[in-house]
Order: sequence, then structure tokens, then C-alpha cells
Amino acid sequence: MIEIKDLHKSYKMGSNSLHVLKGINFSVEEGELVAIMGSSGSGKSTLLNILGMLDELDEGSYDLDGVPIKNLNETKAANYRNKFLGFVFQSFNLINYKSAMENVALPLYYQKVGRKERQEKALKYLEQVGLKEWATHLPNELSGGQKQRVAIARAMAAEPKVLLADEPTGALDSKTSYEVMDLIQKINDQGNTILLVTHEPDIADMCKRIVHLKDGVIIEDKKVDQVRAAQYV
Amino acid sequence: MFEKDRWKEILEVLTSNWFRTVLTAFGVFWGILILIILLAAGKGLENGIKSDFGDIATNTMFMWTRSTTKPYKGLPKGRRFRFKLEDVESIRDNFKNLRFVSPRNQLGGFGGANNVIRGLNAGAYNVYGDYPEIINQDPMTITEGRFINHSDINEKRKIAIIGEGVKTGLYKKEEEVIGSYIKIQGVSFLVVGTYEKKSNNGDGEEGQKEIYVPFTSFSQAFNRADNVGWMAITANDGSSISDLKEGIVALVKEKRKVHPKDKRAVGHFDLYEQYNRVESLFGAMRFIAYFVGVLVLLSGIIGVSNIMLIVVKERTKEIGIRRALGEKPWSIKLQILMESIFLTITSGMAGITVGALFIYGINMVLEMNGPVDMFLNPSVSLGVVVSALLILVFSGLLAGFIPAQSAIKTRPIDAIRTE
Repeated sequence: MIEIKDLHKSYKMGSNSLHVLKGINFSVEEGELVAIMGSSGSGKSTLLNILGMLDELDEGSYDLDGVPIKNLNETKAANYRNKFLGFVFQSFNLINYKSAMENVALPLYYQKVGRKERQEKALKYLEQVGLKEWATHLPNELSGGQKQRVAIARAMAAEPKVLLADEPTGALDSKTSYEVMDLIQKINDQGNTILLVTHEPDIADMCKRIVHLKDGVIIEDKKVDQVRAAQYV
Repeated sequence: MFEKDRWKEILEVLTSNWFRTVLTAFGVFWGILILIILLAAGKGLENGIKSDFGDIATNTMFMWTRSTTKPYKGLPKGRRFRFKLEDVESIRDNFKNLRFVSPRNQLGGFGGANNVIRGLNAGAYNVYGDYPEIINQDPMTITEGRFINHSDINEKRKIAIIGEGVKTGLYKKEEEVIGSYIKIQGVSFLVVGTYEKKSNNGDGEEGQKEIYVPFTSFSQAFNRADNVGWMAITANDGSSISDLKEGIVALVKEKRKVHPKDKRAVGHFDLYEQYNRVESLFGAMRFIAYFVGVLVLLSGIIGVSNIMLIVVKERTKEIGIRRALGEKPWSIKLQILMESIFLTITSGMAGITVGALFIYGINMVLEMNGPVDMFLNPSVSLGVVVSALLILVFSGLLAGFIPAQSAIKTRPIDAIRTE
């Protein structure tokens, strides 16, 4: 599904250049649930941004589902993001003046799905995350966990090939975190490929594979026995 | 592009901060209101002054004789001369684009002695010997009876058409005018009609104190032979009398043996030139109205642009999220542009509406209080409204362009990180 070869990325900070990713080789199969771990500054968010086409790589190659991702203009990148990827952010990033349902329907709107079908699908995904009754509520009427579940529903609504989650539980208490992880595991059980960035070991243990990043290189890549989040809920 | 969701979003964004939106809209509203009012006021002034011209055929020149100032072909300078009837014919023959050539002879004039008598009443009036066509060049309304016709000319009938001013001077109120006789320098004329003139460029009173008699009768009664004192010449609509003027004057100079370079011998007055001068004055006024109006509007537009920049700044993160979800850059640009155009057009329409109401009110006041000198029926045409709308759409685009550009300038990754 994801195939990365010899990926380099550096940022210019004034006169210095900061080499963040120093040759990453990494691939993800369909249906995997991968945790990318590392301390801050290890390059894990940069890696996720490049995977999410929000940032460009300097060197190396990146194939997503057989499509080489390079030299994208903004329009093409937007198109690929919409078709291939779903994003979940640490700070939820819902649009404040739109109801939960409208937020979930947004990626479908960009796919030019008709209004009615959009609403139906949005409701379906809200139901999956257990928030059907909250469809008409605005984000500021929801709790943090609920917001993140709406965000997950939104990410899933476009039926992406890969779900990218950047510290999805970073802003939540442990109980809510486990609820969200439970949801992510269930989505993974349905065969969806998920990559998530975290620095919490207990969250990482709930994935099927852990990739450790340190100073821009992968120092460890191992399969783990998944801890089901359901038992903590 | 015109789908429901986009409009919903535009309204959501614009109504999220009512006070700010209204204040911004006021700038555009005010600009277009000023533009409309300036144009209407200019139009009112134009209408007022043009109504002073009345229905006078403006493509007309007048021509009369003075004394020569240069000796020519053995004739001395200071010679007095008259046009002849044959000059009228040769003008007609040589210039095919002329609609009317009306020769005229005249008695009396400003401050003249009493020349018309009826019973015990007497008065000093201008008496004109004219052809029937003169009524098209110097329009008047026949209030009673008729005007001169060609039979009058051919049969040299001694008839007269008198002005309403003459009527009040010579007749008692209830007296029958038609069929009565007046004596003009001792010669009796039968009154067959009365007239009233609309045009009142400064001498409205004087215009009503004239007496028209057939040209031929006049020449016979007052011994003018084939002399002509004055001519009114009107060109066809397609050609300008100002262009023909030189040729006509040169022709009569040649016929009357006047030195071609004698500038004072033939007096002439070009109504069309005067009219054009007034026209170009109004042109300049319109230009000033547009200039001032558009500049005021511009400050409103800068206001809109400014607010749109702030809106874009406020929504940086949201725009970043949308782009992460797959919204295309042009779609975001379009959104910002449409918000800007929507704001300008709505407030502009409000400005046009209020301007129209204002003009309507002014017209009502004018109607109630009677006509005002040099100001009549201020209005804006549909053309002006359409061009105002075009200006608005263009301004909206202009106002939205920079903000729209800045909306997609930030990379989504940076946009999402802004707080």
C-alpha cells in the first residue's frame, strides 16, 4: 500500500539547514495498523506530513497504492488527499460553524457527491462512531472524545485507502483515549490501513506494528501482539 | 458554482460577524449612492437647460447682413447691402443637405417705436415676414386659428398671426381675436391665428410679442422688393450645419460681391455650435460625476478588500483543514471571490435602491413646489444602473482578488498549525 525508499527531508532554518529525515525505508501492507513512535524532534510528524502529501520530500521515492507521489501541484495534491487519505489530528480540527454532520460530509462535498447522498453517508459514519444523535450539534457542544470521533468519521467518510492519525489521543484523557483507540481498532478490523503517530507506549501497544524513529532514522520496526482497547473501556 | 452549499457557506461567513459586515457594506453602499445621486443631479441640470432650448431645431444657423468692411470689385467699404431672394434659391441648389431655408424680413425690434395699431391701442412689436417652414425652426404652439400657409405666400394675403403677448396688449380679455384687423405701419392685416412659444432662453416675454405675416405680403406692403434681411437655415439630421456654414456664407458673399475675407459683412449665429458647447459641458459634468462617484466607491471597495483579508486571516486554519480534506485551491479562491462579489453587489443594490428612492423623493418635491429654474426631472437611465452593476461586479472581483490569492498562499501544513 505504502512504499517509501530512501526518503530525505531537510528544513532551512535561516542559514542552517536541519536534516530531519535521513534516509527512511518503510512499507506498509494493506490492513496494517502501524504506530510511529519517537521523541519530539525525531521526525515522526514530518514523515506523516509527507505521507499525507501535506509536505514534499527532498529525495527518495514514495508510492501510494502503486501511484508515485512526486511533483504534485496543489490541485493534484488536493485531489489525491481527497481520494486516498483520511486525516485525524491531535486538535480535532473540526470546522466550528458547521454541525457534526456537515463536518463529516465535507470530504464528500469535495468529491462532488450529491447533497442527499452526502447526508446519508455522513449519518452512516456518525452512527458507526456512535454519534448519530449528535448530528446536528456544533463542535463546541461536543466533548473532546466526541469531537475526535466526529473527526474520525469525517476521515472515513471519503473511504480513503489510508487513514493518517497525528497523535489522535494527544489531547484526551486515558479513558477517552481508549475509547478512541477502540474505535480505531474496529475500523482497522474492517480492513482499513491506518498509520498513527504517538509518543504514548500504551497507545502504541494497541497497534499491530510499531516503528521507532530517532533522529530521522528508523531504529526499530517490529510487529507486536495487539492489546485490545475494548477491555479498558 | 451556484449550488446551494456554496451560498449557504457565503451567508454563514458573512453573517458570523453582522456588525462588521454591515459596516463594510456601508462603504460600498455609500459610494454607489453618491454616484447615482451625482449622475441624477447632473441629468436634472441637463434636462432643465435643454428644456430651455425647447423644441428649436438645434441643427440651425441664422444669417443676416451688415455693412462691408473691405472694398471689393470696385465697390467701396462701408456699403450696406441685403440678401436677395435668388440667394435663397442658389443656397438651396448648391447645398442638398438642407432641410429648410427660410428667408425673413423684419420690422421693429428692441426699443422700437409703436408700429402696430388697433383702434385706440398701440404697441411696439417685432413684425416678421416669414415662410411657413419657420414654424419648424422656431417652434410655437398655435393656440387659436392657423399659421401661414403656402397659399398665403402665393396670393400675398395680408394676414397676421399674433403672439399671446400682442393679444393682451391690443385686445380686451373677452374680445374675439380671429377675424379682427390690426394696422402695421398703416397697412391693415387680418388676424387669422394666435401662438405661444415654449422656448424661453432669457426673453420669454419678448418671444410672445411677435407678429408673423407672409413673406410676400410683407415685401409688398413695406416695399422690400426682392430683398431678404435674415435667414434661418436648418440642415438635415445626418449632417451638421456647423460644417456647411462656411460654404453657405462664402456663397452669399460671392453673390453679393463682398470680399471673401470680409469677416464682418455677413453676421451669423450657429445654434448647433452653442448646443454642442452645452452638450460638451454636460459631458464634462457626467465625467466628473463618474470620477467622484467611482473614487468614493473605490474607498468602499478597499474596505471590502481589507475585511476580506481579515476574514481570510481568521480562517487560515479552516482553509488549511479544508485543503487537507481535499478542497482544491481554485475552489477556495472562488469561495473568497464570491463572498466579496456577493457583499459588494448586495450593498451596491441597496445603494442603487436608496438612490432611486431619493431621486423619486426629489421629483415629488419638485412636482409639488412647481418647476425650478434650470433643474428638471433628475433621473438615472437603465444604462447607468447597468453600468453601475458592472462596476460593482468588477469591484467585487477586484476586492476579492488579493485576499483570495493570500488564502491559498499558505501551505496547508502551515495553515493547520496556526492557532
